[in-house]
Amino acid sequence: MLRFENVSFCYAQDDISMMEHLHFEVQDGEFASIIGASGCGKSTIFRLINGLEKLQEGSITVDGKPVQELKHYSAFMPQKDLLFPWRTIEKNICLPLEIAKVPKAEQEQRCQEVLAQVGLTEYRKKYPKDLSGGMKQRVAFARTLLSGADLLLLDEPFSALDYLTRVDMQEWLLRQWSHYHKTILFITHDVEEAIFLSKTIFIIQDRPFSEMERVEVPLAYPRNREDLKRPDIVELKECLIKKLRRSVTL
Amino acid sequence: MKKHLPAVVLAVALLLLWQIIAMLLNAAYILPSPAQIAAKLWELREPLFLVHLPATMRVTSVGLLISIVLGVGLAIAMDWNEKLRRALYPVIVASQTIPTTAIAPLFILWFGYSIWSKVLVTILITFFPIAITVFDGFQATKREMEELLDTYGATKGEIFCKLKLPTALPHFFSAIKMAIPMSVIGAAIAEWLGAQEGLGYFSKRMMSQLDGAGVFAPVVLLSIVAMLAVSVITVIEHKCIHWRKEI
Repeated sequence: MLRFENVSFCYAQDDISMMEHLHFEVQDGEFASIIGASGCGKSTIFRLINGLEKLQEGSITVDGKPVQELKHYSAFMPQKDLLFPWRTIEKNICLPLEIAKVPKAEQEQRCQEVLAQVGLTEYRKKYPKDLSGGMKQRVAFARTLLSGADLLLLDEPFSALDYLTRVDMQEWLLRQWSHYHKTILFITHDVEEAIFLSKTIFIIQDRPFSEMERVEVPLAYPRNREDLKRPDIVELKECLIKKLRRSVTL
Repeated sequence: MKKHLPAVVLAVALLLLWQIIAMLLNAAYILPSPAQIAAKLWELREPLFLVHLPATMRVTSVGLLISIVLGVGLAIAMDWNEKLRRALYPVIVASQTIPTTAIAPLFILWFGYSIWSKVLVTILITFFPIAITVFDGFQATKREMEELLDTYGATKGEIFCKLKLPTALPHFFSAIKMAIPMSVIGAAIAEWLGAQEGLGYFSKRMMSQLDGAGVFAPVVLLSIVAMLAVSVITVIEHKCIHWRKEI
């Protein structure tokens, strides 16, 4: 599905490269997380995939085609909900469809479907200010879905939420993922979140990094919170935290 | 109504103080009392409301309208293109260093006693706050939101219409609210310097007759009109941008 080959990148204002000759691959329909300390380059990977940063060396392909030649191949959901306060929930969700020039009738129909799926049908005429933090993230996720891309890039989408809402949202996200069969690349610095959600975890430890250690989570879907108490999972969590702490310099 | 109470109390107190000082001074040609001004307003209601107020309002509204078009146009141009911004910004700022009052008599030489000499003064005074405030509004757009639209494949025009315009709307209303009193002042100054009608002209005529209350009456009328216009804009603003606090 997604493939990084020999990708190097350095921000113009930085002395040290972010990544050098990076290789990694995400399979079709996979839920993969990237974990690492702040500023290690997690978000840069997303910015390279969705074209917000220009590729300097190497190639990034989606389904075998270079991303520079593709359109609407990935959908990005940032940490903040970034809902437009002057638009109703319905109009916010339709934004990617409006830009893709999808006919009005189809926009409405697809919006209804996705709103029903995320459980916010009765809020469609409301404004973002009328919604709670978790609801806003659900709307932002619905908007991401409607961009029509098969690859979803979620950049710490739940980090601003309180613990209980975050736990609910994680379970909700897994249900959405199994319903829509999308490929999800998920950035987080919360190890437990990464373990609960993903099939695969990529760890960024150094900077510049040329490889990300790939860890398979030994849990089957559907998952529940009790699984996190299993001794092998607790051990995996400790091991990941240890690795991340080594890369943090205070 | 309760929230306006402090303002009403203060205004009444100041008027009372003014009335007392004016009565003690007893020289209406220097300081007329509020009661004398009110009486003058009533006495001169016909020429003030039927001739001079409409004349000033014509200058103010034409000037303000041109200023809005010019100011918003300049703001869009500066936001659209970096080179244009670098070229225009210093010129716009420099235009504000012109002592408008001093060169206004020149405008009368250029345009005569027609409406345009006065409109030009109004424009020179009001287009600047509009251009700068609306430009700041465009610049206040959140970069992350712009990038999000970028990832959806939005063009520069779509980003402008769907994101920058709504973001700048509160700034636009602030600019209009600032520009209204300034446009009234601009029109009055221009009329004071050379006109055949208008509240500024009327005030000057009363000055030459040493009629203090007559000088103040049109000024008070101008203030009331400006305050009413700002209130109307505030009501429209609340209707249009209920989401203002969310930005």
